[in-house]
Amino acid sequence: MKIAIKYFASMRDTMGKANESVDISEKSSVADLWGAVTQNPMPENTLIAVNMEYTSSEHVLNEGDEVAFFPPVTGG
Amino acid sequence: MKVIIQDGEFDPWKAVQEYQSENIADGKHGASVTFIGSMRDFNDGVDDLSKMYLDHYPGMTEKHIERVCEDALNKWDVLDAFVVHRVGNIAPNDAIVLVAVWSEHRAMAFDACRFIINDLKHRAPFWKREANEDGERWVEGNTVDEVADQHSDMAKRAS
Repeated sequence: MKIAIKYFASMRDTMGKANESVDISEKSSVADLWGAVTQNPMPENTLIAVNMEYTSSEHVLNEGDEVAFFPPVTGG
Repeated sequence: MKVIIQDGEFDPWKAVQEYQSENIADGKHGASVTFIGSMRDFNDGVDDLSKMYLDHYPGMTEKHIERVCEDALNKWDVLDAFVVHRVGNIAPNDAIVLVAVWSEHRAMAFDACRFIINDLKHRAPFWKREANEDGERWVEGNTVDEVADQHSDMAKRAS
């Protein structure tokens, strides 16, 4: 299934890109997706959103989902 | 309720005045509380900040803040809430964020305004990148609201 990934702030710098599209097997989780795009462990403070809702790395993905990885937020 | 994410300067006082005259019925509110966050020229040991860039997650940012405002309107008996947040390039002294809340009495407006700005600072997807003569760096963490934490500790002790 196809998954769209977005990276923000320092995560975008680390990954060297702002977004990418990845093909992974059905029933993959966010953690599986991370493992498919990088060999490095996910930084401890990484925040995850699937379809613009906060979630955890155990979240099971569906075809066409948009997954975002980003560091702690600093707005306001 | 309205949430605006904008790239470009704004005058928070004018924004509050305009929103109030267009959206808040005359004679129905007894309190309006506003929070305005501005850019300092110092932060975390650096005292010569010259500019800042605010990154955000278009779509999720608006959705998240709108939901927080709806939560505040449901939780407290407030009449309306209005939020403006800058993105893009920002200079010291510029307003970054405005949160305005209207209610019949002050306590509800204070509580709702604090709730919205605290959630916004800790959950809304924005990221600051500061710059001075030596270069640029991503800001790593937001300041903690000590009063909110005290209230939370007091509530825990009381329960």
